[in-house]
Amino acid sequence: MSGLRDATVVGVAESDKIGVVPDKSSLQLQGEATLNALADAGLKLSDVEGVFSAGFRPTEVAEYLGIQPRYFDGTHVGGSSFVVHLGHAAEAIASGRIDVALIVGGESGRSRVGLPAGFSGSHSSAQSMEGQFENPYGLPGAIGGYAMACARHMHLYGTTSEQLAEIAVAARQWAGLNPRAYKREPLTVGEVLASPIISWPFRKFDCCLVTDAAGAVVLTSLDRARDLKKKPVRVIGWGEGSDHQLISQIPDLTSGPGRISGPDAFAMAGVRHEDIDVAQVYDSFTYTVLTSLEDLGFCKKGEGGDFVSGGRIAPGGDFPLNTSGGGLSYTHPGMFGIFTIIENVRQLRGDFVNQSLRQVAGAKLGLVHGTGGKLSATGTVILAAD
Amino acid sequence: MTDYLKPLPKSDPVTAPFWESLHRGKVQVQCCGDCKIFVFYPRALCPACGSRKLAWTPVSGKGHIYSLTIVAPGRGPDIFKNDSPYVVTLVELDEGCRMMSNIVDVDAEDVKIGMAVEIVYDCVTEDVTLPKFRPVIPSKTSPHL
Ligand SMILES: [Zn+2]
Repeated sequence: MSGLRDATVVGVAESDKIGVVPDKSSLQLQGEATLNALADAGLKLSDVEGVFSAGFRPTEVAEYLGIQPRYFDGTHVGGSSFVVHLGHAAEAIASGRIDVALIVGGESGRSRVGLPAGFSGSHSSAQSMEGQFENPYGLPGAIGGYAMACARHMHLYGTTSEQLAEIAVAARQWAGLNPRAYKREPLTVGEVLASPIISWPFRKFDCCLVTDAAGAVVLTSLDRARDLKKKPVRVIGWGEGSDHQLISQIPDLTSGPGRISGPDAFAMAGVRHEDIDVAQVYDSFTYTVLTSLEDLGFCKKGEGGDFVSGGRIAPGGDFPLNTSGGGLSYTHPGMFGIFTIIENVRQLRGDFVNQSLRQVAGAKLGLVHGTGGKLSATGTVILAAD
Repeated sequence: MTDYLKPLPKSDPVTAPFWESLHRGKVQVQCCGDCKIFVFYPRALCPACGSRKLAWTPVSGKGHIYSLTIVAPGRGPDIFKNDSPYVVTLVELDEGCRMMSNIVDVDAEDVKIGMAVEIVYDCVTEDVTLPKFRPVIPSKTSPHL
């Protein structure tokens, strides 16, 4: 790292309201999240030099916010985009190209006010590869792709619906501790298993929420961060990876590109799996968590079902995971990645220190992992409390 | 005019021989002249080795179910909602490449990973034939779908 600066996260926030916000457009939600994250950091819009966004182009977001960026990145790889942006923003800060970076995402996913072009649903042309070789068969969007992956995982490794349900139940228990979470009432494994099948093997409670929400993350150098309001959180390792776009082209249906992004992030950070105190692993579906933990190397391929069972990932368990309640119970507009960063930064700053189980006690090292598309692209970032 | 309202593929110069082979009822897939793998979807180059020597090659149309999902009533894309439940599958052909399809001529609940299947030429319009698959030994419960 000689010659490079330390990149730090100094501000994180959601939009003013999240959940059902029918009176606000997608860009308005992003504007609120931006102002709230800058206020969290003690910085101003005019300090922002770099804009990182997906869904809306960085130029659309910058125009709305009145920013004239000298650095931008519109890498759009689905819900993992913002975790990928976090690594890219850290590089831009570390190299000295810019001093302040803004990552912003989110939309009116539920109320559908002012959505970015191409939001959800298949808009691929009949002559695209998806249009020719997938759309004629009626695969129900992301859920169908992940469902096929999960079905094969169950076939090969004996993973059960009960094990998947444990992931949904743990998320709900964390959400019960988070006043901002959309779904907070208790949920049991039995209730998950009794919920209707959507796209077998997935039931209703295996699937993420659809909400209105935006989030923003502000980065700067560690030197500058020391003069700001909040405890800096350093970005110490990052990686990204992809091994397909269409689910029919995935090399191995039971593994994802976390096996590319994870080792890169760990190697750069110079830490081990057992050093991680708190993790946010994108939960578009319960199965996404299970396969991601395997791909990242927290357990062997096929052992994810056992790993998540027995309350290990629930409040009080020895592997605190998705501590906001995740996309399954806290919030999930169209792309969730930005919220994995927000929650992990809050944990590492100790924002919930007086709130009992809500705070992972003494959390110093955190992992954020985003999965986008249909297991198509991942970003992994390791964060450290300063 | 056709009354088929579901999404139809539109071929391009590289993929046209595949769609034409289905129309003739004799499926063909590209095979790499250098590394010998079968390539699907059709491409201008082999994704395994980069070779441009891809030859259209007749294949058996037989394979097995690599994975599947069963779409519950009312849950698919709008135009499919009246079909539910239906099976979307990834079929691995005996030649090694995979393609997305639907499984027909069997009850959805009876479709399993690993099941041997064979191609069915589904002439959905005058111009378009889709590759569907059915179990090699049809289920006794449902003679047709
Ligand atoms: Zn080849």
